[in-house]
Amino acid sequence: MIKVDSVSKHFGKTKAVDSISFEVQEQENLILLGTSGCGKTTTLKMINRLIEPTSGNIFINGKNIADEQPETLRRSIGYVLQNNGLFPHYTVAENIAIVPNLLKWDKKKTENRTAELMEKLHLTADYLHVYPNELSGGQQQRIGLARALVSDPPVLLMDEPFGALDNVTRANIQKEFKALDELTRKTIIMVTHDVQEAFELGNRICLMDKGTIIQSGTPADLLFKPANKFVKDFLEDQRLQLEFKAIKLIDLWPLLPDHQKDKAHALPANTDIWSALELLRFHNAETIDIRNEQNEIKTIGFEQLMSAFNQYKNKQA
Amino acid sequence: MNERQQTLLEFMQQQSDKLAVQTLQHIGLTFISLFIAVLIGLPLGIFIARKKKLSGSVLGVAGILQTIPSIALLGFMIPILGIGAKPAIVALLLYALLPIIRNTYTGITGVDASVKEAAVAMGMSKWQILFKVELPLAMPVILAGIRTATVINVGVATLASYIAAGGLGEFIFGGISLNNTNMILAGAIPAALLAIIFDFLLSLIQKLNFKKVRRVAYALPVLLFLLSSLYFIPSAYGGKLTAGFTPEFMGRQDGNLGLESKYGLKIHTIVISDAVMYKAAYEKQLDVISGYSTDGRLKAYGLVVLDDDKGIFPPYYAAPIVREDALRKFPELEKTLNLLSGKINDSVMTDLNYRTDYLHQSPERVAKDFLVVHKLWKTSREGNGGIVRIGSKIFGEQYILANIYSMLIKGYTNYNVSTKTGLGGTKICFDALTNDQIDFYPEYTGTGLLAILQASPKIITEVTKNKDSTYNYVQQEFKKRYQIKWLKPIGFNNAYALMMREQQAKSLNIKTISSLKRYLNSK
Ligand SMILES: Nc1ncnc2c1ncn2[C@@H]1O[C@H](COP(=O)(O)OP(=O)(O)OP(=O)(O)O)[C@@H](O)[C@H]1O
Ligand SMILES: [Mg+2]
Repeated sequence: MIKVDSVSKHFGKTKAVDSISFEVQEQENLILLGTSGCGKTTTLKMINRLIEPTSGNIFINGKNIADEQPETLRRSIGYVLQNNGLFPHYTVAENIAIVPNLLKWDKKKTENRTAELMEKLHLTADYLHVYPNELSGGQQQRIGLARALVSDPPVLLMDEPFGALDNVTRANIQKEFKALDELTRKTIIMVTHDVQEAFELGNRICLMDKGTIIQSGTPADLLFKPANKFVKDFLEDQRLQLEFKAIKLIDLWPLLPDHQKDKAHALPANTDIWSALELLRFHNAETIDIRNEQNEIKTIGFEQLMSAFNQYKNKQA
Repeated sequence: MNERQQTLLEFMQQQSDKLAVQTLQHIGLTFISLFIAVLIGLPLGIFIARKKKLSGSVLGVAGILQTIPSIALLGFMIPILGIGAKPAIVALLLYALLPIIRNTYTGITGVDASVKEAAVAMGMSKWQILFKVELPLAMPVILAGIRTATVINVGVATLASYIAAGGLGEFIFGGISLNNTNMILAGAIPAALLAIIFDFLLSLIQKLNFKKVRRVAYALPVLLFLLSSLYFIPSAYGGKLTAGFTPEFMGRQDGNLGLESKYGLKIHTIVISDAVMYKAAYEKQLDVISGYSTDGRLKAYGLVVLDDDKGIFPPYYAAPIVREDALRKFPELEKTLNLLSGKINDSVMTDLNYRTDYLHQSPERVAKDFLVVHKLWKTSREGNGGIVRIGSKIFGEQYILANIYSMLIKGYTNYNVSTKTGLGGTKICFDALTNDQIDFYPEYTGTGLLAILQASPKIITEVTKNKDSTYNYVQQEFKKRYQIKWLKPIGFNNAYALMMREQQAKSLNIKTISSLKRYLNSK
């Protein structure tokens, strides 16, 4: 759906982005990951033409964005800024209504849509008429998200949307974010320098360094088939946790013992190991039931899960 | 009624018509210029916020404009725009420009970059960003600039009366030259109150929250426009001829008040400073002016004096006035100063003034030429028998007299001389004399009688019948009250006079003030 084709951006002598190419499929969630200054923001901003590339082309749905009216293009792309960029002189309701007003929606439609989003983002209607400076950082970030989503744009660009939040708030919002049905239908490009966040939220990850893409692939690809030492080192610190997050139960399916039983409640097999472990640990369960797409069900315990995981890793190596 | 016992309140009540007119004019002038300054400054500020490279030079120029002394700026305006409201408004708006441009620039460049970026990213156009994001967010800063400009304008607008634009300066400067404290305060207090009130109101607006600021931003132009229009209310009436009178003349019994009461003269009048009055008459912006009968510009600009057929202008014979202790300290002084007595009549004085005012010869040169021609010149003895301090008021004739006296003292005595010329008005000069800052200065009998002694109307009518009785009266009173001695009169009578362009006076057949009145009353 989005195609970035050998795009470069030079600021004087700085090659902020140096001939990068990647594609994002419809409804995919692509993460641009990398250390500070590697060109993530620059890349993102070229997609809604906040920055014009020095060379190269970007296509959305096969159309070159350079041929489009920038304002029109931008109204069809949701954008969430790192430090939210809410208008301090607008109330929450007015902030959310900016794009609908540009698109000349009628008032009723905007109000309904706003109410719907507020509910989905767990904000009460009391907040509609307060100004951003009266909100907490987490609330502001939610409003920023609501503002980007209000016109239901097919594409969403997010620049470190959770960067400014403390760990607890961030974890909560990330969970909400994953659960939000609005987002599953969208094509999302999200910038982060947080590896955990990238693995948690991304279908695919582009790992960047010094303006170029070092490797792009699924989280498992990066973990088990690192393109070079840079990729390996980048993930080394939190490796075990990342592996638990990257590997799904379905990946281990053949390695898990057969225990056919008919159970009503069973965990879907595309759950990652980390979540399965959390269930076993925190609910003090001896075993859990899991179900694949063919409705086959297995019952597994901690030992069996760990041994399957080790076998899987050995096979990857 | 004795002027001294009149309270400020009584004065303001008595003059309430004028006070109202001047206040309206003052507010009007302030806000017309402010309105135009906003119209120019706001877009300019926005422009340089976009093109930052230009900001240095634009702010620099506006800054330089601000440092030009206000009187000088008004002076520059006259050759270009004449007199009246136009040059005053232009001068005021130039002063108001800097704070408005600077604050607009600071306000707009100070808008949070991420907010602006969000606006662009959501697909707002440039104009939408300007009007919905940048201007509203910069508004408190811009309002602060407008507030500063308003206060500056209220202050500078007092000077507008110098060039016939009206305002509370008429009272202030009239009061200074008439030595009338009530009059000064009647102008100064309302002017100060205006500044305080507008400052306070604008500070309230500045503190409003965003919602209300938006409303104010729409209301502001309307409000400015309404306040501006106040200026035109008083000046809505016109007339056949236009008179330009100095603030001093306006407030004097032997000036406009006498013209009204004794002659019943009603003429469309604007108040103007002496400095530009004659030229304005020459350039046909004014038809009748209140001048001095020995003024050199009379000759330069082809003006004639109208005969004061009812005798309302008292004699203004000039003579040096000296503190008595100075006469004791410098025994030779009286004799020397009296050398000039009877030597300068009206036409000689007019000619001397013409040379300095119009031919731009220096007062020293004019003084020396005069002494040489009249065989009074002696080279300086370079004496060191003490320093005689000579004062003079701030106009040409007084400079010439001060120079003549200086040369006489140096040539005929062993004293040395220091001159303190350009002492503002009568009050300043006379205070300098009584406070022992100068030893003598040339004064006029009429001024002594009216401005310094502030004689009662009864005495005035009595003693102004002829020049000698006036002289005798002031001589006695000064001696009694201030221990100051009037020496012998120099000879000329520099009285107030109404004058017109010679050509116009001839074609309308106006020779006396009474005939002027008849012409004005005829349909
Ligand atoms: N407007 C600009 N002018 C000059 N250089 C710029 C500009 N914007 C970015 N750069 C440079 O380009 C490089 C990439 O910047 P970019 O903002 O894309 O980094 P980033 O990956 O988003 O970093 P971070 O994680 O810190 O936000 C940096 O070296 C930066 O200094
Ligand atoms: Mg960045």
